[in-house]
Amino acid sequence: MAKPSTALRPGLGETSMAHSHAASMGAPAHTAHAAHDENPNLQHHFYSMDQQLEASVLGMWVFLVTEVMFFGGLFMAYIVYRTMYPTAWIESSHELNVYLGGINTAVLIVSSFTMAMAVRSAQTGWRTGQIFNLIGTMILGSTFLVIKYFEYAAKFTHHLVPGPHFQAPAGMEAIGNQMQIFFALYFIMTGIHAAHMVIGIVLMAVILVMAWRGKFGPHYYTPVEVGGLYWHFVDIVWIFLFPLLYLLGFHGGPGA
Amino acid sequence: MSSSHPITPVSTYLITWISLFILTGFTVYVASQDFGALNTPVALTVAVIKATLVVWFFMGLRYNTPLIKVTAVAGFLWLIIMFGITMSDYISRPWLGVPGR
Amino acid sequence: MATVPQQENHSYLGAPYGLAAWLLTKDHKRIAILYLISITIFFAVGGLFAAGIRLELTTPQGDLWTPDMYNKLFTLHGVVMIFFFLIPSIPAVLGNFMLPIMIGAKDLAFPRINLLSWYIYVAGAIITLAAVFSGGLDTGWTFYTPYSSISSETAVTTAAIGVFVTGFSSILTGLNFIVTVHRMRAPGMTWFRLPLFVWAQYATSLVMILGTPVIAITVLLVAAERALHLGIFDPKLGGDPVLFQHLFWFYSHPAVYIMILPGMGVMSELVAAVSRKQVFGYGFVAFSSLAIAILGFLVWGHHLFVSSQSIYAGLVFSIITMLVAVPSAVKTFNWAATMYKGSVTWESPTYWVLGFMGLFTIGGLTGLFLATMGLDIHLTDTYFVVAHFHYIMVGGAIMAYMGGLHFYWPKMTGKMFSEAGAKASAILVFVGFNFTFFPQFLLGYLGMPRRYHAYPAEPIWQVLNVLSSAGASILALGYLLPAFYFTYSLFKGKAAPANPWGATGLEWQVPSPPPTFNFDEDPVVNEPAYHYKPRHEVHVNG
Repeated sequence: MAKPSTALRPGLGETSMAHSHAASMGAPAHTAHAAHDENPNLQHHFYSMDQQLEASVLGMWVFLVTEVMFFGGLFMAYIVYRTMYPTAWIESSHELNVYLGGINTAVLIVSSFTMAMAVRSAQTGWRTGQIFNLIGTMILGSTFLVIKYFEYAAKFTHHLVPGPHFQAPAGMEAIGNQMQIFFALYFIMTGIHAAHMVIGIVLMAVILVMAWRGKFGPHYYTPVEVGGLYWHFVDIVWIFLFPLLYLLGFHGGPGA
Repeated sequence: MSSSHPITPVSTYLITWISLFILTGFTVYVASQDFGALNTPVALTVAVIKATLVVWFFMGLRYNTPLIKVTAVAGFLWLIIMFGITMSDYISRPWLGVPGR
Repeated sequence: MATVPQQENHSYLGAPYGLAAWLLTKDHKRIAILYLISITIFFAVGGLFAAGIRLELTTPQGDLWTPDMYNKLFTLHGVVMIFFFLIPSIPAVLGNFMLPIMIGAKDLAFPRINLLSWYIYVAGAIITLAAVFSGGLDTGWTFYTPYSSISSETAVTTAAIGVFVTGFSSILTGLNFIVTVHRMRAPGMTWFRLPLFVWAQYATSLVMILGTPVIAITVLLVAAERALHLGIFDPKLGGDPVLFQHLFWFYSHPAVYIMILPGMGVMSELVAAVSRKQVFGYGFVAFSSLAIAILGFLVWGHHLFVSSQSIYAGLVFSIITMLVAVPSAVKTFNWAATMYKGSVTWESPTYWVLGFMGLFTIGGLTGLFLATMGLDIHLTDTYFVVAHFHYIMVGGAIMAYMGGLHFYWPKMTGKMFSEAGAKASAILVFVGFNFTFFPQFLLGYLGMPRRYHAYPAEPIWQVLNVLSSAGASILALGYLLPAFYFTYSLFKGKAAPANPWGATGLEWQVPSPPPTFNFDEDPVVNEPAYHYKPRHEVHVNG
């Protein structure tokens, strides 16, 4: 377990706060960097690569907390209406394709594995491994989106897209409005999830270019690490969406 | 140098990946059976286990500082606060037996 | 030894100059100045809307604006003041500028994200202004459904997108502050040596990252609902409008603490500096910030007492709400105890400190009235509520912001402003504020509802309303005055010494204005915060 790097820093000498402005007559500020880490990837306001990595990793985790809360608002709406309209929820769930949803779950799990391997290759400095795993992650992410596209297209042909053209399936007219709320949440939740996938693939492309140029090694792998955290998070969102949306009414079989 | 976390053996990632696959198959199978009121709790339990595997191994939370562990938990804690308090309203609405309150 | 060298090219203001250098800066101090300029513009815009409201209410007939126009005025007053002034005010200006210096860091952890958050703020502001010019907004700042999602014919969608975008600015600022406080502290700057301003900013940032995403998704749902009639918040289609209120207040109640907590942080700095004493009960003040941030998330249902929320939930919300008074009172008592037997001097920050303490106390105590469910049913949506939250937001948050701006102005600009002008401004604001908002407590108790452009021609109602409007003009003068002496100080002001107030803390040991990287030599901290010495031992310029 790493210590917070604020605890110890090399090369500080006897400076105390009382002296700090007496020194302002002296050399320009940037010479102070000489005492620090020499890695060209170190930004000026950090003392060491460790501090920089830890700040970035913490930053990404905090960002993921905001993402949890962002999706949380949607899950809140889901819970409220599922409690109110259990029948409509089950009937609507029957309209989703469990097999496509399941395949997509598997695709994302594999992509999480390749992502983890990409981070590992960066840590060990294995450039080929980085490139192959990043490309693999991007291909799997794109596969997910293509499958999602076919699912969406089917909803359009069945008039299950909420809005003026929404039509409840035959025999379900009485709970049509309630089913429309389900599909509204379905499209918003999976849509925002898909948007996150697209952002993730773009991030991977950027990281791939950096990997191609051989930027990553045991001393610097922050972008892969941080991008990986994001990718895994998007996977986790799907891990919850899949049972809540698809598996809900599976046991009854379609139309039961 | 960058000691943020040690390098995870490939075998760990492989085992995590296979476990996630098995759990996915399991949750689909369980959903195809009718356990009545238990269906949702089982599906959610499996989802939580899968998410924990991803967070703990793939995201390397196990090697991270206590601060980051707290951060990761905080998001879910706050979700529970939001769900719990909001649902306390929805669940207790009918208790009074007066229409509209 | 008396003066610190003020080389123009050494300070952050002098180094690469020109519009591009400012607009592409990654320096937290310059970004703070960018925020200062933008939020000041929005403060003026929001103030103009307020002037429109007060002008209308000087007569009972409702003869100045049409009802629709009046609805837009109070809505835009709320939206602009809350999302574009109060929420960014202290964190994005004073926090951005001071926080890294206070903890001995060269910059925030993510300087580029910091700049990005300003651009996001500007983008959100432009979208919202577009809404103002393309039909306005008449839903109230609360966007309550189903009015906002079905009935309103104004630019709700555009405004919702504006609020959505601006939210990310707040999220990124909060994220940046949290990581900075955890990872960028100078050696020796332990958690219990942090200035209380930093504790308050930290607590605020927690609220920002935990709450803001929820309002972002909520206004997005409203926009989607308007576009496609999904039915999520439409009772006709099976939706529950009260769900919107839950989601909205899950953020917007804690958002109140986003606005007041940083003010409390500023207060702790100012109280200690003007009393030349260690803040009484440092640990209690520090943890009360966290307590407010956490408790603030458990009480949102007190906004829903008259909705279809269950009475049982209401009771629980009512009780928890009263608990928030405990950490707030801890702070107020501790500030009073800090001043007690301190060597208090009558400098301009002192005036803002005293103003804050009086007004915040009134605002806080009237909050307890409203937390009491039985009384709240009488007072809901009356001017009592309006007066209550203006005592907190204007009397508390803006008073603290103004106090902090005066306190840190010499550090930010390197120039001294007119003390006489500053004192006059503080007194005008205090007097004008009380004339504006105290009558509103009485009006509310008499039953005058908020958001109405006309009222019965009872003499007492008109007297109180005229008092309120007259007070608002004094208040406006009080806020205009600083614009003059601050601007004057930039050109003709005396050069500020490093430590004009004789205060403690790293920020007062760097030159005014600070160099680009804040510290020429990495600071090491070896004493607690607020290590004040008796007055005669302090070199004011040193």
